[in-house]
Amino acid sequence: MWDYIKLAVLGLVVVVAAVAASMARDLAYLVHMLVIILAAVITFIWVIRRIGEPAPVANANEYMDGPIRYGVIATAFWGVVGFLVGVVIAAQLTWPQLNFEWVQGYLNFGRLRPLHTSAVIFAFGGNALIASAFYVVQRTSAARLFGGGLAWFVFWGYQLFIVMAATGYVLGSTQGNEYAEPEWLTDLWLTIVWVAFLLVFMGTIIKRREPHIYVANWFYMAFIITVAMLHLVNNLAIPVSVFGSKSVPVWSGVQSAMIQWWYGHNAVGFFLTAGFLGMMYYFIPKQAERPVYSYKLSIMHFWALIFLYIWAGPHHLHYTALPDWAQTLGMTFSIMLWMPSWGGMINGLMTLSGAWDKLRTDPIIRMMVVSVGFYGMATFEGPMMSIKAVNSLSHYTDWTVGHVHSGALGWNGMITFGMLYYLVPKLWQRQGLYSLSLVSWHFWLATIGIVLYAASMWVTGIMEGLMWREVDAQGFLVNSFADTVAAKFPMYVVRTLGGVLFLTGAVIMCYNLWKTVTSSPRRDAAPAAAAVPAE
Amino acid sequence: MGILDHHKKIETHATLLLVLSFLVVTIGGIVQIVPLFYLENTIEKVEGMRPYSPLEIKGREIYLREGCYNCHSQMIRPMRDEVERYGHYSLAAESMYDHPFQWGSKRTGPDLARLGGRYSDDWHVQHMIDPQSVVPESIMPPYGFMMNRELTQADAEHVRDIMRVYQILGHPYTDEMMELAVSDFFAQADEFGDPVADRYAGAQQRSFDGQEGVVTEMDAIIAYMQMLGTLVDFDTFVPDASR
Repeated sequence: MWDYIKLAVLGLVVVVAAVAASMARDLAYLVHMLVIILAAVITFIWVIRRIGEPAPVANANEYMDGPIRYGVIATAFWGVVGFLVGVVIAAQLTWPQLNFEWVQGYLNFGRLRPLHTSAVIFAFGGNALIASAFYVVQRTSAARLFGGGLAWFVFWGYQLFIVMAATGYVLGSTQGNEYAEPEWLTDLWLTIVWVAFLLVFMGTIIKRREPHIYVANWFYMAFIITVAMLHLVNNLAIPVSVFGSKSVPVWSGVQSAMIQWWYGHNAVGFFLTAGFLGMMYYFIPKQAERPVYSYKLSIMHFWALIFLYIWAGPHHLHYTALPDWAQTLGMTFSIMLWMPSWGGMINGLMTLSGAWDKLRTDPIIRMMVVSVGFYGMATFEGPMMSIKAVNSLSHYTDWTVGHVHSGALGWNGMITFGMLYYLVPKLWQRQGLYSLSLVSWHFWLATIGIVLYAASMWVTGIMEGLMWREVDAQGFLVNSFADTVAAKFPMYVVRTLGGVLFLTGAVIMCYNLWKTVTSSPRRDAAPAAAAVPAE
Repeated sequence: MGILDHHKKIETHATLLLVLSFLVVTIGGIVQIVPLFYLENTIEKVEGMRPYSPLEIKGREIYLREGCYNCHSQMIRPMRDEVERYGHYSLAAESMYDHPFQWGSKRTGPDLARLGGRYSDDWHVQHMIDPQSVVPESIMPPYGFMMNRELTQADAEHVRDIMRVYQILGHPYTDEMMELAVSDFFAQADEFGDPVADRYAGAQQRSFDGQEGVVTEMDAIIAYMQMLGTLVDFDTFVPDASR
């Protein structure tokens, strides 16, 4: 019966989307409708082929690892895509001839840059977060994922969101808000998927067999609920037509700026920090085989971090037309945020107490430690840059770009790579990774890549900031804007090279993981996925 | 450590943990965002601000579509070098009709808040077709395809639909403006058309891309660029010390 309802709903989706496609007022909307039809038809065929077959019985005492395996593959795939687009746009900034004549209006820098940021943050980071949240919540709750097939819906629904967002950017459908570019239809779809994600996660925690909720899950939970709030408020918009992708955001001017950076900075704070701290709190203790350093510290820094982060947005708007009181609040809380951030770093690093020797033998631990190191560095640099006097120099320059990348490549990238190396042998029941020396290669390529990237951006950022404000003895500006652009060229070459190294490392990782799954010896078929309490 | 012992209650109760986390993360936003909607000095009272004309809206749509905000800010900070390079610092009032704001976060290219009137239309056309031909150091991509994209009746009607939404959101479009939106859209790119400035004070009216008889995306984007930062009358502007 349930299957017939599903078929009816999918059929209805196809019909409605087909009607909408025929009425489409712009290309992006048309393509989105065709993508939706395609997705619904594939699901339809998949459901209909299973009708009448005996339903596979899931052992409620086993973990549900299918969506996690798919999530791991999606993380690696979108990672490489996102890094590749990053290298392309870095090259476009270095050699503008790469904005080719024949792709004008589709693949210019302005359209590819949102593609890059969304691919790495939401596709690579988002898949890593969903997959790891599903893995961690089951292991630490000793419970199978809640909701039956709902976890599969979250996985596939999220991929559909990514495809809609990406095609939208290239076809010129954007709200024009950084990191919140997708238009209303894509936003609505993400909202549905996100609610399903929250349901699966909370349901699993509620039916846990452990009395305590493990610290990693606090962070995952805060991340899911806060991102829901940010997404809903920042994307409130009125569609111009239900048959067009264009909508008008309800917020304007100074309020729009404040809400956007409240959203934007907490995409960093909750998507890229709280969620990833959840990852850190599970995978570092597991890989190091040591308990978390301090329970008290985790309590204090958890509440302090989620309380303080949400205030930090206005530091993106220093000296703008945002009222001073809001700027000052933003700066003050950003500086305070340094402490709980380092609380997390200390808890992560000190977990290695008594296991530091593993740094020599285990390249995965090395990756995780460097990742936490970059986290500490970025969370010191951030508060420093939020001081108004520093910000007056750094704002609008490449310094910000360097700061973001030392956090994103160093912290988010490296901890995700560590997680993937940990998970793949476990999920595919392999004895170990195909090659540890390839992990070392990845580690060094990525680390050198990040250093080249961050260092070159510091140099260009501070240089252009100083060149913009330089005046001569008569009080005239010394440099034209074009002079500063020309001066940055060598550093842009270095930055592109850093990106190439980082991308190469990720490709090596994909090869290594692929070989692990296909040719590494199997672990003995003990009931590997049986639910044992609290790992 | 008495207080930390009580934490056991929270960390053994999933719903409590979720609700408390949510309450904790709402506070900052409420304190920082809500007052901006009712504090009277948030947006200065200035002379000259008006909602965008139909063709300017189209130009702004193109600006968003191409992701110009990824490289250009529209926010001049009150610092000596910025005021000298770009002009009077930006006011909150100047972006009051921007859904969403386009202040930007990065200057890969220069600030555009007061671009209007700084360069000729011909310069803009040449610069959009081949940026390096007028600024050799530039790393801007070319946008020559806009010269060939003719704007149609459907484009004009789409802009009118956008204006309807703007009206819902409180922009002071009059009934006359709404009625004439489609004809104003085309008239603004024609020097001898019905004067758009009758409804949109100070609106510039001419063939912006130099191609007489057709209205293209290039007309729209240049119409938008030529009005950026030109609306506020700074002769009558008095800074508010309380702000």
